[in-house]
Amino acid sequence: MAKPRIATASLAGCFGCHMSVLDIDERILDLIELVEFDKSPINDFKKFTGRCAIGLIEGGCCNAENVHVLQEFRANCDILISLGECAICGGIPAMRNTIPLRECLEEAYLHGPTVHNPRGRIPDDPEIPRLLNRVYPCHEVVKVDYYIQGCPPPADAIWAALTALLSNKPMELPYELLKYD
Amino acid sequence: MAVTQTVEQPASRRIVIEPVTRVEGHGKVTILLDEQDRVKQARLHIVEFRGFERYIRGRPYWEAPVLVQRLCGICPVSHHLAAAKAMDQIVGVDTLPPTAEKMRRLMHYGQMLQSHALHFFHLVSPDLLFGFDADPAVRNIIGVARKFPDLAVQGVMLRKYGQEIIKATAGKKIHGTGAIPGGINKNLSVEERDGFLKDLDQIFTWARDALKIARDYSMDHLKELADFGSFDSNHLSLIRADGAMDLYHGGLRAIDAKGKRIFDHVDYRHYLNYIAEEVKPWSYMKFPFIKALGPEKGWYRVGPLARLNTADFIDTPEAEAARQEFMTLTKGKPNNITMAYHWARMIELLHSVEKIRDLLHDPDLQGTDLVARGERRPVGIGLIEAPRGTLFHHYEVDDNDQIVRCNLIVSTTNNNMPMNRAVEKVARDFLEKVEITEGLLNRIEVAIRAYDPCLSCATHAMGRMPLEVEIVGADGRLRARGGKGVEIR
Ligand code: SF4
Repeated sequence: MAKPRIATASLAGCFGCHMSVLDIDERILDLIELVEFDKSPINDFKKFTGRCAIGLIEGGCCNAENVHVLQEFRANCDILISLGECAICGGIPAMRNTIPLRECLEEAYLHGPTVHNPRGRIPDDPEIPRLLNRVYPCHEVVKVDYYIQGCPPPADAIWAALTALLSNKPMELPYELLKYD
Repeated sequence: MAVTQTVEQPASRRIVIEPVTRVEGHGKVTILLDEQDRVKQARLHIVEFRGFERYIRGRPYWEAPVLVQRLCGICPVSHHLAAAKAMDQIVGVDTLPPTAEKMRRLMHYGQMLQSHALHFFHLVSPDLLFGFDADPAVRNIIGVARKFPDLAVQGVMLRKYGQEIIKATAGKKIHGTGAIPGGINKNLSVEERDGFLKDLDQIFTWARDALKIARDYSMDHLKELADFGSFDSNHLSLIRADGAMDLYHGGLRAIDAKGKRIFDHVDYRHYLNYIAEEVKPWSYMKFPFIKALGPEKGWYRVGPLARLNTADFIDTPEAEAARQEFMTLTKGKPNNITMAYHWARMIELLHSVEKIRDLLHDPDLQGTDLVARGERRPVGIGLIEAPRGTLFHHYEVDDNDQIVRCNLIVSTTNNNMPMNRAVEKVARDFLEKVEITEGLLNRIEVAIRAYDPCLSCATHAMGRMPLEVEIVGADGRLRARGGKGVEIR
């Protein structure tokens, strides 16, 4: 039987959740026996190469491209998991939601104390994608099946969830693994 | 759908782009060719924006060290400590109790170890082991784990040791809370210390091995690597008062490509007099430069290569011996070889393990004087040598204890212009007037990867980043697109 496939993506996240996946340490060698990795920042696959059993999403959506990637993950994965605070509720990037985007851009590119910008132009080249009006958690964009909380979720929680899903067993997340920080 | 609504950006001259063509473009390279198929323009675009400097305003200052690290989960400790160093000044503390400073240093060397191991083993080793032209399906850490399981274990375990040190000093492996304004919130217990000492010999063996792999690879391939994405540049880092490499603290030193000092032992609280950042319309990442030299000539490199070039010596014996060997290659002059970053990085990895050993044997780590107090000040500026280079944090706080201004120059931003130069050099050397293959396009990533760009910090994406490469011919037609998987047209 072909191994189940896992895909991962980092949207508007800090990569800490991906690092926490790597914090399963030696068990990563067990994991690659259990699954195939599909599209993920840790390898060179740009496109989905097959239907995936599980998609892990880190980060919410802050630009049009994030939305596109998330929709693509929903279409290609049987189970979609929001991994960590940013995916679940927007996290730190969503702090910009209370402030007009223009002010954020002006602070970074016009008013900062080290800024050298004689022409007063904020980056606007067609090569860089458009920002969303605010940062959205994943479940406001697509249906999400599971949520693993924490910033980032502990490696043991990720391991417990993945192994339960892969072996079709009920997920057991004891109290010690439920972290909200 | 309301969710996909984008907003018009100020001063917008934007044409609408279908998102469907823009999958995973955290970092993106565009190369324009002229009628003769020569490179007209090559650019690395950074396509993410956060706005941290603005939305941190109004938050209480003590939140900064735990908040700001969420910019980057790959080197959170660097942001945590740079912000904490700035907050030390806000609470009026210039000298920390020895236990606090040493706990922070231990945390930092743990971070250096885990980050350098991650970059070298998980992200770069596939290029070195399988070759730049290897099948992208095996050219990744899983390919390494299948073919060279011992090496993969070595990488995983080195990183794990670093992460465990971070946990013991910061409370958590990722996004800890250890450093607080004026000090630290825990010491190292005897049990924790003994646990680390037990594994130390094994860690030393692996660290020496890693250095040997990087060194041998560089020496064996010197002919092809020497010119690969290389160019002359200035170099910048913190330096200890006696000229030793110091990853945690020091004054700023900048040298030119030949080794001449541009400035030296500058108190970094005056960084505004020395460094500025140019804004270019095609990247969200700014372009820092040394003010006295201007944006054209003043850009510089940071990170392991720059630190090896600026330091007079390293204060741990094994790393110092390695440094001397490294420097003989260029007869003591600065090394401007882009691919030498890997070797320099592994010298620092060994240095970090030596520092961890020295600290573990220091009884101050079991001290109980953890926090100093002083008189509140309005401005705090904290710098640190993060794994990827000099990191600048600058905060201003009002009488309400609220942050009113924040300015960050992250390590990878400092290397923005050098990465662009590397891309341009590789493009000119390999992509002009030829049939473009995946392997050739991967060379662009190889050159960028040498800088270990943590686009997470400036934006978010990791070393083997979701990079897209596009080559456009003089007729405006897309010739090839590559990066993660390639499409040649
Ligand atoms: S949840 Fe925390 S660790 Fe995960 S991406 Fe967001 S900030 Fe980073």
